[in-house]
Amino acid sequence: MKPSTRALIDGAEAIARGALDAGCDFFAGYPITPASGILAHMLRELPKVGGVGIQGEDEIASMGFCIGAALAGSRPMTASSGPGLALYAESIGAAEMVEVPLVIVVVQRLGPSTGAATAGAQGDIQFIRWGTSGGYPVIALAPTDVADCYHLTRRAFTLAERFRVPVFIATDKEVVMTADTVSLQRLEDDPFPSLDELEPVVKALKPFGGAELLRYNASSHDDLGYITKDPSTLEELNRRLASKILDHRDEIAIVRADLQDGARSLVLSYGVTDRSAREAVAAARQNGRLVSGLTVYSLWPVPERDILQAAEGVERVIVAELNLGQYRREIERLIGHSIEVTGVHRVDGQLITPEQILAEVL
Amino acid sequence: MTQRPLKPQPDPTASRAADAENDVPPLEPSPGATTTAAITSYLDESALPYAFCPGCSHAKIVEQLDKALVKLQLDPRRVVIVSDIGCAGIADKYFATNAFHGLHGRSVTYATGIKLANPELHVVVLMGDGGCGIGGHHLINAARRNIGVTVIVFNNLNYGMTGGQYSATTPEGAVTATSPAGHLEHPLDIVGSVATNGASFAARTTAYDAELPDLMARAIARDGFSLLDIWSLCVAYYVPRNKLKASALEDMMESLELRPGVIVDQLRPEYTAEYISTLASLRGQQTIRPQELPQAYSSQLQRPLRLLVAGAAGQRVRSAATALAAGGVLSGLWATRRDDYPITVRTGYSLAEVILSPSPILYTGTEHPDIVAVLAPEGAARVRDRLASLGPDAQVLLGGNVDEVTTPATTRRLEIPTAARSHARRNLSMVIVARLVQELDLYPIDALRQAVRKTQRPEIAELNLAAIDAAVEPPDTVGK
Repeated sequence: MKPSTRALIDGAEAIARGALDAGCDFFAGYPITPASGILAHMLRELPKVGGVGIQGEDEIASMGFCIGAALAGSRPMTASSGPGLALYAESIGAAEMVEVPLVIVVVQRLGPSTGAATAGAQGDIQFIRWGTSGGYPVIALAPTDVADCYHLTRRAFTLAERFRVPVFIATDKEVVMTADTVSLQRLEDDPFPSLDELEPVVKALKPFGGAELLRYNASSHDDLGYITKDPSTLEELNRRLASKILDHRDEIAIVRADLQDGARSLVLSYGVTDRSAREAVAAARQNGRLVSGLTVYSLWPVPERDILQAAEGVERVIVAELNLGQYRREIERLIGHSIEVTGVHRVDGQLITPEQILAEVL
Repeated sequence: MTQRPLKPQPDPTASRAADAENDVPPLEPSPGATTTAAITSYLDESALPYAFCPGCSHAKIVEQLDKALVKLQLDPRRVVIVSDIGCAGIADKYFATNAFHGLHGRSVTYATGIKLANPELHVVVLMGDGGCGIGGHHLINAARRNIGVTVIVFNNLNYGMTGGQYSATTPEGAVTATSPAGHLEHPLDIVGSVATNGASFAARTTAYDAELPDLMARAIARDGFSLLDIWSLCVAYYVPRNKLKASALEDMMESLELRPGVIVDQLRPEYTAEYISTLASLRGQQTIRPQELPQAYSSQLQRPLRLLVAGAAGQRVRSAATALAAGGVLSGLWATRRDDYPITVRTGYSLAEVILSPSPILYTGTEHPDIVAVLAPEGAARVRDRLASLGPDAQVLLGGNVDEVTTPATTRRLEIPTAARSHARRNLSMVIVARLVQELDLYPIDALRQAVRKTQRPEIAELNLAAIDAAVEPPDTVGK
């Protein structure tokens, strides 16, 4: 069979294309390396399809624009890096409370504070999970390559509207700024399970400007959007904001399980580091080791069922990530009482090499 | 007759696809229309009485706004009231219009998003002086943009909701919960700030101004950013601590040199309309598509090859590396390319890493490159550690004005054909890449030419094609 035609694109382009194909018609963002490429693509492309792209005076304004646009019927996206995510924090809570669908791309870079603008990292994984007040669950998807960037961005819009929540693309400088070869066929074929035929979870957001008068509220509110302190209404609201996601965690879960019978170790990774993990698993097998691999595409909520299945029977789970063990703690929470969990970590702005992971497996 | 407020009803079957049923009939009265009954109030009587403290001026502002809306006879379904945190944020619920109650000081950002997404809507922000402090630069930037929203500031000179602390507009000397010996800061000139930054309409007045409904109607009708700074009395905190009376508000303005009245009234292009008309030229253009690189050549490469080009800004390292990678893809290889350069342009190092492989590439790092082309001292300095840790099988190729580097790898000077020397002065990276493709037999040189045509603008491609032609002159001309 003739191989599919290939292209050389980076994650920023793939995310922009994915957003456009998902019907994204509004983008607001503030420049920040390594996410500025997405901002530039969207501000150039959206006018072509009659959408609106705007650079806010800061990340707070950009998220406010997105929330307002969603309430007026647009399908918004924003993109930033860790320092911008810090400024998004209050608005993420507002989007959760108002139940506004929107997609937030987090292109991670190294370190706290301003950190290192052009050094890759995966240091915002727990920040994404716990980045706003109240501690409500979020959905976060982590692409490993440009094809994932495309498909997971499209999926993020579907999930955002299905659950009426902000959905995160948790990616990093390496995936977004490295040009990679992709076959057009892979861009064509969505490898992830379809969400098309599922029963609705929440009623769709009705935009302002329709036949009804509508009322939305970022404070605790009743069904009609009026502020309330009624304990039973508050409890129902707050439990529902969590349960609408957690009750569907298995549906949201997407992993790639490369399991081997009799495997002694499981290498678990995500994002750009998963590429090294896959090389390490292949090399370990060539060395005669029995080893399984698990790519986690849906970081939040933690795909617990899939992780437990993949870890069945292994003696050790090795978590590889560009931080000091942020996702490893989730694996320890799940299986640490019975299975050894170790980590391969790196915070010097360089990628974890396949050799580093291999050394841990052997 | 009071219009019965419409409240949203839960509708479990509603979906985005059902929006067609949601279309609004054209209800806004056209001049001379007589068929639609006039709306006599935009207030939701079922929400009354007001929750404001007895004597609070906020209730007056709400009633004046109702009168303004009655004057304008806007379709309530096309009106969105956006409020945020503070006592002013109580006000939205009294209106039988659309409403959004958001985060402290961010109401102007939501209003901007709403207007951009649906320019047909009339967006009115209700915020307090607290919101003007915490969200001050949203105000300034909205004015600068001249986005078509109206901001009504309920300015009661302190934070009423949290116990009467000083706000951005508290006058000097005022006693508040947080200025026990009198306030030390100068008050924010809200109107002046937006006026000087491009607001289309801005006025300062009090909640007791008989002309307020007219002023509000003018502001809302204005096709651009409009703001009314309405000074009012906080009877819970500010008034008892500072003995302020309604009749003294205007004198207070004068003494602060913040005079009442319309401060700016100018017609400027409204942002949303400007956006739509300016960007209309892009409408319908082809959106971004992955540049297809169909295989037209073949390569003998048997294993992944990691190349590092270490040059300087201005040497066009990145575009040459892109062509190198794209030529590989055109030859049936898999390629990655990533860059490293400082935040400044046209100065300092410029690095590009390219991996060419006969199979898909997973790990994209190149800490142990097979080939390093060092084209400038800046690049050499940037890769000093990597050069020092290279294995003896690696090759270092020197070009440009780099004569030596410290490395255990085999090092040689990359000879440039005489014919290519003029190109090398301006376009060293492309010359070097072409030499690499040819000397290392990475893939046919025509694939590189094709890559240049596909990945570069025509005028740039022409220069690069000439550089390639000169660079791959027959070997007998090399080094002479």
